[in-house]
Amino acid sequence: MAGVMAVLEQRGGTLKRVSHEVLTAARGLADGVGGEVHVLLIGGAGVSAEGVGEYGADKVFVVADDKVADYQADLYASAAAEQAKAGDYAAVLVSATAMGKDLAPRIAARLGSTLASDVTQVKHDGGIVVVRPVYAGKANYTLKVTGSPCVISVRPNAVTPVAVARAGHVESVSPALGEVRAGTVEIKAPERAALDVAEATVVVSGGRGLKEPEHFAMLEELAEALGGAVGASRAVVDAGWRPHAEQVGQTGKVVSPNLYFAIGISGAIQHLAGIRTAKTIVAVNKDPDAPIFKVADYGIVGDLFEVVPKITEEVKKIREG
Amino acid sequence: MKIAVCVKRVPDSEARIKIGGDGKAIDDAGIKLVLNPYDEYAVEEALKLKEAAGSGEAVVVSVGTDAAQETIRTALAMGCDKGVLLKTDAKELDPLPVARVLAAELKDGAYDLILFGKLAIDDYSHAVGVMVAELLELPCVSAIAELEIADGKGKAEREIEGGVEVVEFSLPAVLTAEKGLNEPRYPALRGIMMAKKKPLEVKDISLDAGGIEVEGLAYPPERQAGKIVGEGVDAVPALIEALRNEAKVL
Repeated sequence: MAGVMAVLEQRGGTLKRVSHEVLTAARGLADGVGGEVHVLLIGGAGVSAEGVGEYGADKVFVVADDKVADYQADLYASAAAEQAKAGDYAAVLVSATAMGKDLAPRIAARLGSTLASDVTQVKHDGGIVVVRPVYAGKANYTLKVTGSPCVISVRPNAVTPVAVARAGHVESVSPALGEVRAGTVEIKAPERAALDVAEATVVVSGGRGLKEPEHFAMLEELAEALGGAVGASRAVVDAGWRPHAEQVGQTGKVVSPNLYFAIGISGAIQHLAGIRTAKTIVAVNKDPDAPIFKVADYGIVGDLFEVVPKITEEVKKIREG
Repeated sequence: MKIAVCVKRVPDSEARIKIGGDGKAIDDAGIKLVLNPYDEYAVEEALKLKEAAGSGEAVVVSVGTDAAQETIRTALAMGCDKGVLLKTDAKELDPLPVARVLAAELKDGAYDLILFGKLAIDDYSHAVGVMVAELLELPCVSAIAELEIADGKGKAEREIEGGVEVVEFSLPAVLTAEKGLNEPRYPALRGIMMAKKKPLEVKDISLDAGGIEVEGLAYPPERQAGKIVGEGVDAVPALIEALRNEAKVL
């Protein structure tokens, strides 16, 4: 019986939100192929798979070992490939996060299998079919994945988690972890605990229109009020105002938040490519002809230095009220 | 230090993509094709490491059509020493067959480092470099933003959500470059002239059939034309109202 294996992601022993997304994608695919969803959760001794059954997992395999408390590429790849070989899976799904983007090709290479990266849809339609944005979202491939087993990485925020109760029977496993070729020796926390633009449900991005790097404080305040992340255009990253981790666009991150603010961003093609799948886009720009207004759901033409603080004030009123 | 840099020819990031008549691939006629931007960081890093070591060789390797020679020449103009084109007209969307031909080419090259860009901005796979490392059973760090190499050992940093992983490894190793690793140099006129005379070997190869069939390539759904809520600070209440009650995102 061909089922689907979903590799979940935890940080500090707690499941990341993307894990529910990849589980939902796996459940849908498993229902299509008429199989079960098996989950692989790799973490330290105290890692907990609690609640995984609520999102459609039939079985949960847990590798709990302090050697793999944090992501160790070689050990995780070995564990996932060994576990995949032990089951009869049509597909192995991971989230296309920093971890998943590194792990998925490793698993595929070890299984000698096909890889479809960073997909926004997975379905069963006479076979496994995925939708994969290419050219940073300027076009979408619909691809039939004929290689079996295959590895698929699913873009964060592309799948809405759906609770589906299943047994979620937990079993402790110890697949061969193999040797460490390149080992993570430290994880540095950032100076300020920031939400990642690719994972945030609200992103407030700024561009050249902010005039000076210090003015990003204004966007940080709005992002904080909304529980979101700060993003940046390529121009301001190239100018050294903001770190590359915040860059949104074709040579930065492709984002799919519920709400995206483009503040003082004119809307170059490569930037628009990165925000196309955002659900709602708000643009604030003094130039009424800026291309950003062609893709924004709501636009305000005006001085961002007046408009943004007012938006922040209104949002705070709502949040407090 | 002997370094291989694997590069890909891709449409420029500012290019408008046109889907071809068959609805399954882009029509790249009239599109500016360039050295993949992430590969520029890999090229720059190879040159910096070679210069720091005081000796060595930087070899550019690409899988692609005959036109990819121009892309290899760009890397040669930046300062790499020689090029190898693994020539095929096949466009393969499954990364493993591509990784296999690269691994076969690189396997006996006695390279200390094999560098890639973290992804190619056309197909966004983020896979071939990591797969080559797996096939060659070499240490690999993907999407690196910092690198130190000394005494046959390396230390790299890669950005993860809300943090940075510090990874240690021994050479030989495979690394894929993130933006921010360095500032790629522009080819100088002298470099461009010299690049014409540098050796570029063309080898015909064939790719294994991958496990991906294209059903279609389509433009993303057009976003519904939005509306200008208003001008200046007076428009903010209407915006907030729309976000709350129409878009329901607040």
